[in-house]
Amino acid sequence: MSATPSFFQTPSPPGLTGIKAWLLTHDHKRLGLMYLWAVLFWFVVALTVGFLIRIELMSMGRTIMSAEVYNSAFTLHGVIMIFLFVIPGIPAIFGNFFLPIQLGTDDVFFPRLNLLSWYLYMIGGLLALISLFTAGGFPDTGWTFYVPFSVGTNNNVSLTVFAAFILGMSSMLTGLNFITTVHRMRIKTMGWMQIPLFTWSLYATAWVQLLATPVISITLVLVIFERFFQIGLFDPDRGGDPILYQHLFWMYSHPAVYVMILPGMGVISEIIPTFSRKAIFGYKAIVASSLGIAVAGSLVWAHHMYTSGMSDVAVFVFSLLTFLVAIPTAVKVFSWVSTLYRASIEMTPPLLYGLIFIYLFSVGGLTGLVLGAAGTDIHVHDTHFVVAHFHFTMFGGTGFAFFAALHYWWPKMFGVMYNFKRAYLAATLATVGFMFHYVPMFILGLKGMPRRYYDYLPQFSQGNSLAAVGGLLLFSGIILMLVNLVLSLRSRQVAAANPWGGCTLEWSVPSPPPLHNFVSEPRVMAYPYDFSEIIARESQGK
Amino acid sequence: MDNSSDATGVRIGMWLFLYSEIILFGGLFVLYAVYFHNYAADFVEGGRQLDRVIGALNTIILLISSFTVAASITAVRRQQKRWAQGLLAFSCGCGALFLVNKYLEWGAKFHHDLYPNSATLVDGPPGQNIFFGLYYVITGLHALHVIIGMSLLAWSLIGVSNGKVNQLHFGRLENSGLYWHLVDLIWIFVFPLFYLVL
Repeated sequence: MSATPSFFQTPSPPGLTGIKAWLLTHDHKRLGLMYLWAVLFWFVVALTVGFLIRIELMSMGRTIMSAEVYNSAFTLHGVIMIFLFVIPGIPAIFGNFFLPIQLGTDDVFFPRLNLLSWYLYMIGGLLALISLFTAGGFPDTGWTFYVPFSVGTNNNVSLTVFAAFILGMSSMLTGLNFITTVHRMRIKTMGWMQIPLFTWSLYATAWVQLLATPVISITLVLVIFERFFQIGLFDPDRGGDPILYQHLFWMYSHPAVYVMILPGMGVISEIIPTFSRKAIFGYKAIVASSLGIAVAGSLVWAHHMYTSGMSDVAVFVFSLLTFLVAIPTAVKVFSWVSTLYRASIEMTPPLLYGLIFIYLFSVGGLTGLVLGAAGTDIHVHDTHFVVAHFHFTMFGGTGFAFFAALHYWWPKMFGVMYNFKRAYLAATLATVGFMFHYVPMFILGLKGMPRRYYDYLPQFSQGNSLAAVGGLLLFSGIILMLVNLVLSLRSRQVAAANPWGGCTLEWSVPSPPPLHNFVSEPRVMAYPYDFSEIIARESQGK
Repeated sequence: MDNSSDATGVRIGMWLFLYSEIILFGGLFVLYAVYFHNYAADFVEGGRQLDRVIGALNTIILLISSFTVAASITAVRRQQKRWAQGLLAFSCGCGALFLVNKYLEWGAKFHHDLYPNSATLVDGPPGQNIFFGLYYVITGLHALHVIIGMSLLAWSLIGVSNGKVNQLHFGRLENSGLYWHLVDLIWIFVFPLFYLVL
């Protein structure tokens, strides 16, 4: 270990001591950690709410909550998971922490704006919390806030929608910051084709954040206006068109799906080559597919609306475009698998999470094609099939990529190593639980069980009780995983600077990194995934 | 960690932000486009009821203020502090004048019972309701941007006065100016869409 003090230990300037050293910091690493704790808090809250929903559905009729509470519960679960966990999760935590280091620089371009983004995130979360307990309680509209219900319901929609607006602003400013950082702060010796893939994926994501978020902002503002002034812009009685709301909403919210998944793909693109000790297969193809997904993903929003009453031509065009997105996505999956082929694989917890990601995400992606095809979608639209599909992509995909990132970068962020055995056990438990939780939902959906319903017919009871058992396993697996990570902070088993044998720049600095990230001028390799030096060093050691 | 010396980077960030503002209004223009397609005749009728003279006056006011903001940047670069202060104060005044006109215009419409959820609009043709609904949303949101722009110009004026904005460091003024041009630009689109729709 080098003797350089880490960013935890570096003394703060006078007037910025104690808690202020964190709350007023401009350091991207501290902000990343502040995001980490806030995001984990919200994740556990939403996870618990989701678990309670499953308990409610375990048996027919009322189990633990009333129908009204149930409606608010699935809305709360959706809003928190989407706006407070999945969208900000990887970019705000790992992006903030590692994007500047991977680019060989000491911070993001606008450090003060970065701090502002964190505060906006916290304010958004706080407003969501306040809306739970004031004026009519949390919305029961679902996270999509569809009109006319969202305009008519008595629940506290305005405040929740405003919270989502603030959170959107936070995400957009982070994107703006990342784009500028990649362009202006990248170390001079690093060309575009030498940027690590995680940073590339964040760059593609940042453009989507910047391009799409203002559309949701204006849509949410319109919902608030409608509630206060009854303008009637979406009210058919007054000449408005409710379908137009859905278009505006998905014009953001579908691209947002790629804001959620692209950084996760970036994480996997880092982990797979590191533990294969092998250059990643198709670096340029992965970069191109990230950008391809960002572009194509912005043009498919109306596939959420096949049954809403669009013209057949529109359905056809959006169905075709949806299928096109599968191509760059498959390019990535095949590249990861090809990297693993004939590699000297070293099994570690991050790699295990990464492999689980590939499997679960592939299932999610392939069932997405069932929904993207207009014909089959009519049959399963708004059923539990959809619920299972997007949980496979969002939870099995982004969620597990997030866990993989936690395990991959934890030793770098805190300088401590966690217990491997417990990590493996947690991953296995969570995955087995995951399958038992969501596979029954595919079957329930195909048999016609609608989503968001409080009660169901007797023929659906077997699947629902099985899903509840799976939910319990999944829930306990994830709690075990988080507990294991937190325990590592107490046992303090010191981690080396490069415990995995990675070769992107973050592994060339001490763990945890010093305040200005680099002790000496970073050395950029001609190709970011060249493991020859690592392998040579390892074989010498043996 | 201080990037204020990299003016290009700061400018990139500002342009990206302006771009997001345009998309924000873009969502509203999409609504306008669809509803204009549905209710072309009502939109024409609605446009006749707006005061073109005040609208044109406001367009001229904003164009002039855009010019004076640009001129103030040149003045700062030439170290003509007095000029810069005067030009910025004048631009802020233009913004205020714009808002006064807007107030008079909205007041007159309210007087004619044309405002969201008014009896005339609720009972009238649906196209008319949508036209005035969009009119209030878009011009209201634009007016909010005028207020933000004026605050930024005032902040730059303070900077010029206490010397923080000078011929070497005028990023604050330049970016406030860019924002003001955006406010102007959006109005250039709003004006024909509502006042000159035929």
